[in-house]
Amino acid sequence: MLAVLVLSVVFASFGLILGFASIRFKTDGDPLVDKIDALLPQIQCGQCQYPGCRPYALAIAKGEADIYQCPPGGDVCVKALADLLGLEAKALHSDLGQEPPKRVAVIDEEKCIGCTLCILACPVDAILGAPKFMHTVIASECTGCDLCLPPCPVDCISMEPVNETLAEGYWTEPAAGLH
Amino acid sequence: MFKLWPFKGGLRLPSHKQASSLAPLQTMPLPKQLIYPLIQRNGSISQSLVKAGERVLKGQVLNSTEEWSIPPIHAASSGRVVGIQSFPLIHPSGMDGPCNVIEVDGLDESVEFNGFADYRTVEPQVLLDMIHQAGIVGLGGAAFPTAIKLDPPKPHRIDTLVLNGAECEPYITCDDSLLRHFSEEVLSGANILMHILGVNDCLLAVEDEMQESIAALETAQSNGDFRRIKIVPVPTLYPTGGERQLIQLLTGREVPAGGIPAEIGVVCHNVATAVAVHQAITDGEPLLSRIVTVTGQGVRNSQNLLARIGTPIAELIEVCGGYTDSVQRLIMGGPMMGVALPSDAMPVTKATNCILVAGQDEVIVDKQAMPCIRCGDCASVCPVELLPQQLYWHVRAEQLERAMEYHLPDCIECGCCDVVCPSHIPLAQHFRSAKTKVTRKEQEKAKADHARLRYDARNTRKLNEQMEKAEATKRKRELLTKMAENHKSG
Repeated sequence: MLAVLVLSVVFASFGLILGFASIRFKTDGDPLVDKIDALLPQIQCGQCQYPGCRPYALAIAKGEADIYQCPPGGDVCVKALADLLGLEAKALHSDLGQEPPKRVAVIDEEKCIGCTLCILACPVDAILGAPKFMHTVIASECTGCDLCLPPCPVDCISMEPVNETLAEGYWTEPAAGLH
Repeated sequence: MFKLWPFKGGLRLPSHKQASSLAPLQTMPLPKQLIYPLIQRNGSISQSLVKAGERVLKGQVLNSTEEWSIPPIHAASSGRVVGIQSFPLIHPSGMDGPCNVIEVDGLDESVEFNGFADYRTVEPQVLLDMIHQAGIVGLGGAAFPTAIKLDPPKPHRIDTLVLNGAECEPYITCDDSLLRHFSEEVLSGANILMHILGVNDCLLAVEDEMQESIAALETAQSNGDFRRIKIVPVPTLYPTGGERQLIQLLTGREVPAGGIPAEIGVVCHNVATAVAVHQAITDGEPLLSRIVTVTGQGVRNSQNLLARIGTPIAELIEVCGGYTDSVQRLIMGGPMMGVALPSDAMPVTKATNCILVAGQDEVIVDKQAMPCIRCGDCASVCPVELLPQQLYWHVRAEQLERAMEYHLPDCIECGCCDVVCPSHIPLAQHFRSAKTKVTRKEQEKAKADHARLRYDARNTRKLNEQMEKAEATKRKRELLTKMAENHKSG
């Protein structure tokens, strides 16, 4: 009888502790999704067939998407994801294109008719403008995702390579053979 | 005898200094052209204040900002601005950059310079601003803005000023030459720096091989009120001229990793910087010229030149008698840490301490590197006490996180490990390139984090908009039903 009593008290207290912990230490969202999202390049280009980096991270976490679908991240990103998830690293998905160079969108301000379609398409609000007024790209915010190109009715947006500045470090590896 | 605290490692290198230090200091004649790169230390391009065709006077500001991190650049002689042209930059990337070009008219007309007769009556803050306005940067080679270094963050209490007269590398003798010819100005500059920092101790380090400099300094010291300055001969051991190594040698205090000397109560300046400060405060003259060592087997006469900043290097070579037949490579700086120059059209900048015209025997030929045999010689010479071979493994395997754990950012890139490596592995360049990769990765990460924030903000905004729209529709519908009901009942 005593044993039953003691055990019920012990189990009840465990229950209380667990119950308290589940409320007090509840984590919002899935920490794995955050970890995956942190490795993605945040270009938000949708080349992975998902509407942004976070949705892709969600899909990977659920096991719906593979890890080799991010062309802007390239092989580095695939490798990092493979390390995180304990999977085998593989080459980029061939249908999705190669790793593109870094680019920034530039609007030809002479041609722009101020239709705002590109503003609506930009995933990071990097285009400034108003209806019937000229638009322009805030270069420092542009991720180079290409999403503003298709909606433009007058084809006035072009993607230009980002010029490396001297601030970005400059030492290269020793020439081949000198390892 | 002053007590020294030797650091671990370092190398005794053949000095090759005699050729240039024995020749007298020569003042360069007026150049035909002056070239001033618009690129700043942090990689940004500053706006030019002068227009093409405009006449500028000696000492006129060409480009400046209010920020102390970007000191102004002054025209070193009078002339006409040709415009902005693209020149290769003194930079390991070999990139071109825009430069202000001035055609010198030979009149050497100057703006008016006004200094202070007695700096002791002037507030340090005013002097600091004057130092910034005079465009003074560290003349040892790193070109860090002097005013910032003299105004350390508040919590740090400075007790010692260290003046660096220990020439950093073989071949270079510009500090030696400066100490011999401008010894009084060095000491006077030291007094001004001590006044600004509010310290009473100044240690002036001079290499023990530079006996003439030490003698000149001692004579100057006995002629004026320079009692608080202590002249300390230091052993000629590479890299004693490195800021952190010199501070450790003189004070026994070690600058913390990733920190600045001010954290341990020390501020360190090059002796040439002290002279520039003296000229700026007492004469009001901005930084217009500096001493440059031109040496090596590839040039006919090795010597030190007092050259105006902006003078094309080709004119310096010409004054030194031109190239010899054995010329192989043009290097800015010393043989250990210098940067190879693609051409002699580039100008002397504030950071140009030496032009090494390397001859056939002097070029460190790119030898075929062999596999690392783990001998550990690199670790025994590393002045920062790193483990270069361990770093090398991680860097080669692209394991940058592991390299960071082995303190990659603390590498001072002195190249001691390269010199002793029996397998001729260019270790320092591996570490430089790895540092570049780390910086790039950090920049990319910062950019990605920023983009993530913008993306999330946009999604939240769109969601809110949708909800507001739905609510408005709902309200409208309710209102309509209400009106219909009223209509019916009314």
